[in-house]
Amino acid sequence: MEITEVKLLTIIAEAVLEPQLIEVVEEKGAGGYTITDARGSGSRGVRSAGWTHNGNIRLEVICTSQVADDIAACLRERYYADYAMVLFVTDVGVLRPDKF
Amino acid sequence: MDPVIWFFLLGVLAGFMRSDLRMPKAVYELLSMILLLTIGLKGGVELAQQPVGGLVLQVLAVASIGIVLPLVVFSVIRALSSVARADAASLAAHYGSVSVATYAVGVSFLATRNVPVDAQLPLFLVILEVPAIMIGIVLAKGAAARSNWRGVMHEVFLGKSIVLLIGGLLIGWLSGPVGIEPLEPLFFDLFKGVLALFLLEMGLIAANQAGDLKRRASLVILTGILIPVPAAMLGIGVGHLIGLNVGGMTLLGVLAGSASYIAAPAAMRIAVPDANPSLSLSASLGITFPFNIFIGVPLYHEAAKWLAGAGA
Repeated sequence: MEITEVKLLTIIAEAVLEPQLIEVVEEKGAGGYTITDARGSGSRGVRSAGWTHNGNIRLEVICTSQVADDIAACLRERYYADYAMVLFVTDVGVLRPDKF
Repeated sequence: MDPVIWFFLLGVLAGFMRSDLRMPKAVYELLSMILLLTIGLKGGVELAQQPVGGLVLQVLAVASIGIVLPLVVFSVIRALSSVARADAASLAAHYGSVSVATYAVGVSFLATRNVPVDAQLPLFLVILEVPAIMIGIVLAKGAAARSNWRGVMHEVFLGKSIVLLIGGLLIGWLSGPVGIEPLEPLFFDLFKGVLALFLLEMGLIAANQAGDLKRRASLVILTGILIPVPAAMLGIGVGHLIGLNVGGMTLLGVLAGSASYIAAPAAMRIAVPDANPSLSLSASLGITFPFNIFIGVPLYHEAAKWLAGAGA
């Protein structure tokens, strides 16, 4: 089986940012994304999923490393200072690289 | 005391004692939808039964409350404390805008006492929700500043509360009292039960917010208690001037004295990211909301009765 390495970019951020995050992801050329509700705790306190303005979302994008870099740079500049946001990139293998 | 208030208290206690009681998000969303639609439908049905002339002036008067209130709140907070500009603007937006849950408690309070209410109050609710949020944003950044107005407008005008309230008003108005009858069991008869469950969850959330209070506690508590009363008196006064009945004056007071905890926080988070969201939210939800449902609503009703009596 042919497995190609691409990047999985995971962003965990405030639920209120969802429309803005989607806009950035699409603008930087990612082919798609997956969003789930998330809960947890970190430097900005407990973030529960029950309620939009202290809830978190987890946004995952499978993309090329260039697109992952672009998205990460843009989000860091716009949102890191004022919003609860964690972002990380991992290597993943996919079967259909043209899809991403 | 209105039994629905006990449910709020139960939620607060359960929250403070770290009970595992939690309302599923979807249930909370459904309850708030039913509440918003009920308020809209009720107003729409009653508007259908009377002429709407003269409404324009009343609407303008109510909109002016929504404009004056945030400006005053902003100036007072800036003058009396060292709160950052963004935070004061955010507080102004929260306190100028309204809380539907507080309104619903007011409706329930008046219904228990068989006090009639003018039909146009749900319309006023819609009108008061929006302007303060805009003003808060302008106060924080200056009108010219680059901000995401498109996103904010979308958030403010197409937020679920505005859509459901206006939708309910229109459906009620188009259907009239006879047409709406088949829907009455769900929306009107269940109102108190739905409100009770909703307040249970509100209690849990408020307990959570009060836990956030440790920083700047005195400012939050003072703001949360000192703003609502004069604001409500302004509402009651304007209600008297535009000729509302005692129930209508009470509810306009409740609206003016209440602080938003859904529309304003969401809009301010997007538009004014440097404002501390937990400051405004713990004031509006942790302090003002409980203050209003326990003390505010009965107090505003007494004030409305007194003013109506004095004017007669």
